[in-house]
Amino acid sequence: MTDVSPQTVKADPVTKPEPALKLEKPASARIAIWRQFRTHKGAVFGLAVLTLLVLAVLIGPYFWNPEKLTVAKAMAVRNKPPSLQFPLGTDQLGRDMLQRMMQAGKVSLAVGFVAMSIAITVGTTIGVLAGYFKRLDGPLMRLTDMFLALPLIPLLLVMVMLFRDDIARSLGPELGAFVLICLAIGITSWMQAARIVRGEVLALKEREYVLAARSIGALPRRIILRHILPNVVSPVMVAATLGVAEAIITESVLSFLGLGFPPDFPTWGRLLFDGLQYMQLYPERVIWPGLAISLTVLSVNYIGDGLRDALDPRIRGR
Amino acid sequence: MLTFTLRRLLISIPTLLFISLVIFLLVDLAPGSPLSEIPLTVPPDVRQKMMEALGADQPVFVRYVLWLRQFFIVEPLYMLDGWFGTNMAGDQQRILSWQSRVPVFTIIGQRIPQTLTVIGTAYLVGVLIALPIGIYSAYRQYSLFDQFGTLFAMIGFSVPTFFSGTLFIIIFAVWLGWFPTKYNTQLQVVDWDTFLLQLRQMALPVMTLGLANAAAISRYMRSSMLDNMTQDYVRTARAKGMTEQTVVLKHVLRNSMIPVVTVIALGIPSIFGGAIITENLFGVNGIGAALIGAINASDLPMVQTLAFIFAALIVLFNLIADVLYGLLDPRIRYD
Repeated sequence: MTDVSPQTVKADPVTKPEPALKLEKPASARIAIWRQFRTHKGAVFGLAVLTLLVLAVLIGPYFWNPEKLTVAKAMAVRNKPPSLQFPLGTDQLGRDMLQRMMQAGKVSLAVGFVAMSIAITVGTTIGVLAGYFKRLDGPLMRLTDMFLALPLIPLLLVMVMLFRDDIARSLGPELGAFVLICLAIGITSWMQAARIVRGEVLALKEREYVLAARSIGALPRRIILRHILPNVVSPVMVAATLGVAEAIITESVLSFLGLGFPPDFPTWGRLLFDGLQYMQLYPERVIWPGLAISLTVLSVNYIGDGLRDALDPRIRGR
Repeated sequence: MLTFTLRRLLISIPTLLFISLVIFLLVDLAPGSPLSEIPLTVPPDVRQKMMEALGADQPVFVRYVLWLRQFFIVEPLYMLDGWFGTNMAGDQQRILSWQSRVPVFTIIGQRIPQTLTVIGTAYLVGVLIALPIGIYSAYRQYSLFDQFGTLFAMIGFSVPTFFSGTLFIIIFAVWLGWFPTKYNTQLQVVDWDTFLLQLRQMALPVMTLGLANAAAISRYMRSSMLDNMTQDYVRTARAKGMTEQTVVLKHVLRNSMIPVVTVIALGIPSIFGGAIITENLFGVNGIGAALIGAINASDLPMVQTLAFIFAALIVLFNLIADVLYGLLDPRIRYD
């Protein structure tokens, strides 16, 4: 449920052996979804770009691993423009920008996925509970409304500012910042998922098969896990995709305001923030991370758009 | 309608109280409070006096109720005094900022004109760009214009304001030199020249925020228009021989505006949130900048008050959007 793209990628080789020949056998849902997804040009483009970015960030460091420069050598190559030795130039301390971009991308994407997973888990749980158990509906939805009314960016800033030092002391500055930011983003962005899931569950629990399950004495836990959850996967997946984009942007906003990750453990947002001071002389240092964030979010948004169409059986049939 | 509004107003009271409690506790129970940052060399009795001076030695609950009293009773009284020259508040304690020892509301009063001119204009510009794009995109669905509109909206969604703003600064301020990079808060508009200066320095922040807002609203406008374009009443209007202009701009537009107006109302408090980044980037000395300054200086009363005002704005505009929906759409009856 969390990683959307690999699943759809896996479906690719399945479509290749001429599905048109076996007309009597209806295509499995997964193939049908992939076929509909392929018709959305933007979504395919987004998937390609995102795959490329993820590969570059994960595998790139194995191919691009420049030796660590001594301080004297690094001082000599400060602020270099893009060249063969440094494809994206160097920063004010003589560090290779390409390498830093890859490190930063790993953290940015990881924050996006982890924070989204937290948000989706919390949101789905609350949504299912509120939708299935009538007694919990009122309080839980009131809680959701209250969270929706909270001013998120200010609250996140306050949370990071207040808890940063304490968590850094117990978990180390890098892991501490990562855990804090993922948790903070996760617990402030589950509301949309909860609302969507609740709506779906409210409709689903009146369906005959749920009634049938209940009439043979299935416990609520079993009905929810076996009969309801598999049917809310589609909207949750769309929400999850868009959640990744949201989380990446939120993290970079925090980093941009100087309250995100420490400078030696950068994210794209942090690199942009660091580049701001040198914006007038070396604008490329702002443009690379900004472009990376924008491209990631754009492709994720397009994938979400395509998924929404592909997972909707009413559209898929046409 | 009136009973609905009253009921919603009553419900929003516990909501706001809960939110204020959450904000208060979050800020107050956190380990990084300014009191932990008093140097260890300060003798204990002096430290005690410092805490007393800040009122921080009281239990949390007492401080929360005190803060509520100050926020809901004392500050409005001061405001009334300011308007009518009365002295109802007497010399009761106001909410003081810890960094400047000035009442928080005085600071907010100084900052709010900046926010309203820049951010308000940006929102207005965004709406004014978004509506025609949305209308025409829907009227000519899947046309070249629509494709570009979709791309524009997608980019507007995806490029965060801190990056688009930086790009605008690099392109329009650094390379082309058309606009200043920083917003000059000291500028007084007295004559034509200063007015032009003000327009020029507002251009970049307004463009940054306006584009971001326009992207979202144009999508709502488009989908709402599309929903209505295929309705029976549109066919009827066309069959009656009405001009295309009347059909689209009167019949369809009016009905399509109903959800869009509520979306616009719902977006108003969120511009304060988005404004934090824009204000920070361009140096607009508004509410968002005040919040960032207060956070960096651990100025708890300021942070609490500002965060609560933001929350109150969100609740208020949610209510306004719901009421507007009921007023504009006769099919919707809450009672």
